[in-house]
Amino acid sequence: MKSLNGCLALLRKEMTVYFATPIFYITGFCFLVLAGYFFYTNVLYYSVISFQAAQQAANPQVAAQLNPHYLIYRPLFAVLAIVLMFLVPLLTMRLLAEEKRAGTAELLFTYPITDWAVILGKYLAAFLVYLIFLTFTLSYSLALNFVTRLDWGAVGAGYLGLVLLGASALALGLFASSLTENQVVAGVVGFALLLLFWIIGWLQEVGGGGVGKVLQYLSLLDHYDNFTKGVIDTRDLGYCLSFIFFFLFLTKRQLESRRWRA
Amino acid sequence: MEMMIETRDLTKFYGPHLAINSLNFQVAAGEIVGFLGPNGAGKTTTLKILAGYLSPTAGTARLNGFDVVGESLKVRASLGYLPESVSIYPDLTVTQFLQFAARAKGVEARREASEIGRVTEACGLMEVRRTMVAALSKGYRQRLGLAQALVKSPPLLILDEPTIGLDPSQIVEIRTLIKNLEGSHTVMLSSHILPEVSQLCHRVIIINKGQIVASDTPENLSRQMGHGARVRMAVRGPAEEIIAALSRVTGVTQARSQGDGSFLVEAAAGQDLRPGLARIVVEKGWDLLELKVHEFSLEDVFLNLVTEEES
Repeated sequence: MKSLNGCLALLRKEMTVYFATPIFYITGFCFLVLAGYFFYTNVLYYSVISFQAAQQAANPQVAAQLNPHYLIYRPLFAVLAIVLMFLVPLLTMRLLAEEKRAGTAELLFTYPITDWAVILGKYLAAFLVYLIFLTFTLSYSLALNFVTRLDWGAVGAGYLGLVLLGASALALGLFASSLTENQVVAGVVGFALLLLFWIIGWLQEVGGGGVGKVLQYLSLLDHYDNFTKGVIDTRDLGYCLSFIFFFLFLTKRQLESRRWRA
Repeated sequence: MEMMIETRDLTKFYGPHLAINSLNFQVAAGEIVGFLGPNGAGKTTTLKILAGYLSPTAGTARLNGFDVVGESLKVRASLGYLPESVSIYPDLTVTQFLQFAARAKGVEARREASEIGRVTEACGLMEVRRTMVAALSKGYRQRLGLAQALVKSPPLLILDEPTIGLDPSQIVEIRTLIKNLEGSHTVMLSSHILPEVSQLCHRVIIINKGQIVASDTPENLSRQMGHGARVRMAVRGPAEEIIAALSRVTGVTQARSQGDGSFLVEAAAGQDLRPGLARIVVEKGWDLLELKVHEFSLEDVFLNLVTEEES
């Protein structure tokens, strides 16, 4: 119960700081402008293809491709994942690095709050901010629903993928923030690690065999891809949840070591 | 007597550098104890270990009966800590920060507002309660640091230089505030302002180069460490003749001029020099303007101890 109170205290404090600083508004604005732009161009492309298909009197090959999920949402989810790689380090780089740089860590870690409560409070605050950004993008789908029939199950699976991908990236970003007291270094390290986990699957061709399969399994991209197709696989869910726990655990170990190393 | 702080062979290394070396001391419940020492003596390191921010390399420390390493959370729940250079989240207002402190310390939601009001009032923060921390003066930040330490009235307060950066009137206010905690709280404070420690503290612990060099009441330390009696005099007359005459008085070990007709006369401990000194001045026909026993201050004791250690 005490840990929960500490976690909630941190969560509320972090949310207050997010709303009081420009990072929330700038990253939110950029994310929504990019997401809106890509959604708009995808819808435009979809309407052009639909118009052409109507003129070709129901060509069965073209008609099969006229699925809004494949023409609008899959490319949108793919590009949002790239945007997310740039966005997440901006949201997480301050969280622990700034506490150390400003010296506020000395007060924070002498309050009766467990390290886990500190980590979860900060992590959940960043996650909530991320969810707020994603919630705004739902308005695009609601608008589109008026003019075409959407497969809400597939769209939901894609959003679940985005949520899990974001949650994984945030855990990694928080860990990067625990490594240094310089926000910029935390941001760069977070971005580099994210990129590594994004492209690690490409090495499967080089590694081949068992190593290649391991590398492919470690790739965030491969697991995310299934969600964008509308497929929810427990292996992908398990991977994301393990990824989150692993990096939060590393953050915990990093915080613990501070007391001894200082 | 219930002990609020107990350390045993408390030692801390920063890499190869020994910061504190086998510190052993106790602080009883309700005591106000001053922690003195020159820069780099190990005061802040000791206080950080007691506050649970750092772990000792060796030895143990127990606060309120709890071990600072094994029961860190219980230790932290028992104390209010004001760090040496207090840093507070600049993007929060004073009230928002105190709300965070209250929630983090587990103050019940229904008591939160009254608790924040109490510490805000006690530390003179009412007029800035809606101000962003970034816009506060150093003095107000220091008061806010003290206010967060007082949230939930912890039985033990560890204050690292509580009056640093405050103006004289604020210093008096904060001293009064700390003095009012006497009895109901145990306070351990470090300070460079020695008169402050003499006024506030029941007991003083002096450390130098990571080791305790003295621990007693300010009065006892002055008595024990003031090696002899001193008399300050103001006499109108020829300085060299006055010094020669004063030096011949029985018991005087040294007489020296301090300029402007002022003289300092020293003797072995326990001797009252005043009658002899007054007599010789009158006999010589000089004007005696002032004659006063000079007490050894905590400052003298501190300097004595530190320089003795160094030599």
